[in-house]
Amino acid sequence: MVAITSFAGRKAVRFPGKQLSAVLHPRLILVCSILIVTTLTMFVLELTYGDVALPVGDVLAALTGSADAGTTLIVTDLRLPRALVGVLVGLAFGMSGAIMQSLTRNPLASPDIIGITEGTSLFAVAAIVLGFGKSLGIPLMALLGGLTSATLIYTLAWKRGASGYRIVLTGIGLSAVFAAGVQYMLVTADFWDAVNATVWINGSLYARGWSHLTPLLIGLAILLPLAVLILRRLPVLQLGDEVAIGLGVPVQFYRFALIGLSVGLVSVGTAAAGPILFVGLIAPQIAKRMAGTVGEPPLTSGLLGATLVPVSDMIARFAFPSELPVGVVTGLLGAPFLLWLLAKANRRSNA
Amino acid sequence: MSVVTADRVGAAPPGSRKAIGLVAGVVLLLAAIVLSIAVGSRWIPPAQIWNLLLHPDDGELSAIVNGLRVPRTILGLAAGAALAVSGAVMQGLTRNPLGDPSLLGTSAGAGFGVIVSLNVIGLTSFYSYIWFGFAGALIATVLVYYMASIGRGGPTPVKLALSGAAIQVLFISMGSTLLLLNRVSLERYRFWLVGALTGVNMSVVLQVLPVLLIGLVLALLTAPGLNALALGDDVATSLGRNVGLIRIQGALAVTLLTGAATAVCGPIVFVGLVIPHAVRQLTGVDNRWVIAYSTLYGSVLLLLADILGRIVARPVEVQVGIVVAFVGVPFFIALIRRRRLAEL
Repeated sequence: MVAITSFAGRKAVRFPGKQLSAVLHPRLILVCSILIVTTLTMFVLELTYGDVALPVGDVLAALTGSADAGTTLIVTDLRLPRALVGVLVGLAFGMSGAIMQSLTRNPLASPDIIGITEGTSLFAVAAIVLGFGKSLGIPLMALLGGLTSATLIYTLAWKRGASGYRIVLTGIGLSAVFAAGVQYMLVTADFWDAVNATVWINGSLYARGWSHLTPLLIGLAILLPLAVLILRRLPVLQLGDEVAIGLGVPVQFYRFALIGLSVGLVSVGTAAAGPILFVGLIAPQIAKRMAGTVGEPPLTSGLLGATLVPVSDMIARFAFPSELPVGVVTGLLGAPFLLWLLAKANRRSNA
Repeated sequence: MSVVTADRVGAAPPGSRKAIGLVAGVVLLLAAIVLSIAVGSRWIPPAQIWNLLLHPDDGELSAIVNGLRVPRTILGLAAGAALAVSGAVMQGLTRNPLGDPSLLGTSAGAGFGVIVSLNVIGLTSFYSYIWFGFAGALIATVLVYYMASIGRGGPTPVKLALSGAAIQVLFISMGSTLLLLNRVSLERYRFWLVGALTGVNMSVVLQVLPVLLIGLVLALLTAPGLNALALGDDVATSLGRNVGLIRIQGALAVTLLTGAATAVCGPIVFVGLVIPHAVRQLTGVDNRWVIAYSTLYGSVLLLLADILGRIVARPVEVQVGIVVAFVGVPFFIALIRRRRLAEL
């Protein structure tokens, strides 16, 4: 029997068996439901709206295989992968950012700022410009870049344990080197390679097909179940190292696992769409305020990211004279927010 | 308390170390200048250089020396000094060992200003677009400093570094938006964005020199104030210093130096971080000496990095900004690992 009990003003739900119980968060559930609805709405919009507007009926027909060839092509080969990549990448970025921010207890510690994004760019641009590792494909190279740079940052920051601020500062330093590498390749590249690389660096959903979607789906299929397992410990870690150790949690192990998870998510997402700026930075902060939680809620942040990316993509496609990379739009939308966040974050932290 | 100085107060190096440092610096500088003119896709024997400088002719060698390598060398000297001094002033102003115009967003701000003026407004003469470089540099610096000083503990190193990185991402993303909207300019800018001493002719070099000179003088004038500031705002005030004025003067110096250097060479990282720290080993903590020696060694570092870039990947040249990034990062990491920044 599922029982609902009340303790200290909060409702808890207890499932049959000994181990499983959870605090019931009505506001969190409400926010998540709303976000699921908005994400689905954006998804449908991405499928129906475009140079050729298609009614929902036609889209459904195409998905079930009963539409004419032209409509089927537009829906299943062009719009569906793009829409799915947008939603899933937003989910990955949002969750990744939330985990990293909760862990370092600093809202600015997102992969955009601490060098992991630059690492993925370095490898991807190497693939585009030099043809280096091109047989692996650009997405896999980007994934490799994210993991490599994160490992490097973590190793260099390690000194009897890896403290949050040393990871952040090491990341900032290394990102300068990664950026230098990217710039060097852009200079040596021929013009169109440089243009393609610049579009990639800015994060784009343009011409995303099944070849981008498949690795993303595989990656998420591995990472999301892991996330469910690991994230259960996050609230304890948020209490600080001393308290967590006192409660018997192997802090270094979980910190490593959480960083791995965060890096994995952001790398998988970046591999599919390039680094879409600020989503991982902003989504967790808005989600936290919407849900009224203490830390950044990973799932809510992911869902918010999954709404934000398609919204920005629609703006990038239709609000400018020529289509822009979606990352440019998130960059512009995120800029004022970032300044506000900076002030807010510094007011709170004292390190 | 004093950040940069704490572990070395009372252990000022003897005068002999200062003297050796000066002699070594001058020798290195002269060697770097000669090499910078001699080394390249075509080697020019140092013995010939003097002759070519004194008696320019129509020959190919003379064109290479007087038209290409001399402006490049002068620019390297000036930009290296400017960036190193900027770093020294920033480290003093913020009492933060991670002070560097590229880490704290100044370079990115200047870069964005230049992109706006050249790309959006269409200014082309140096003295018209340099103002946008200054404006960008100033806005970014003030913004970073202001953002970092909100909250408890004032502008701590970690807060400054994070604010700097955030503002930098902000300006770079706005800059690349402008570049993507106008792809023709991308072709021009990718060469600028990388940080290089090439492609600048003598007339621009001569235009940038006075600006850098003013910045340098201003920085030297700020040095005594920075020494007082190292003891803390309260002590500085009670010593009769106007803390606000010192800050404004320092910020102005940094703006002129970094804004002008970035407008011409593009963003170059880590020079401002590495040199002042290295120089302090020779001079001790007195900012007057730190700034003076930073001028010398900043030039040496940038010239040597530029020469290295010409020979590591022959026949291609690696731009100086890239070389410096790779040379500087081990130093940066060591700095973070060595100190407990929370204490600083």
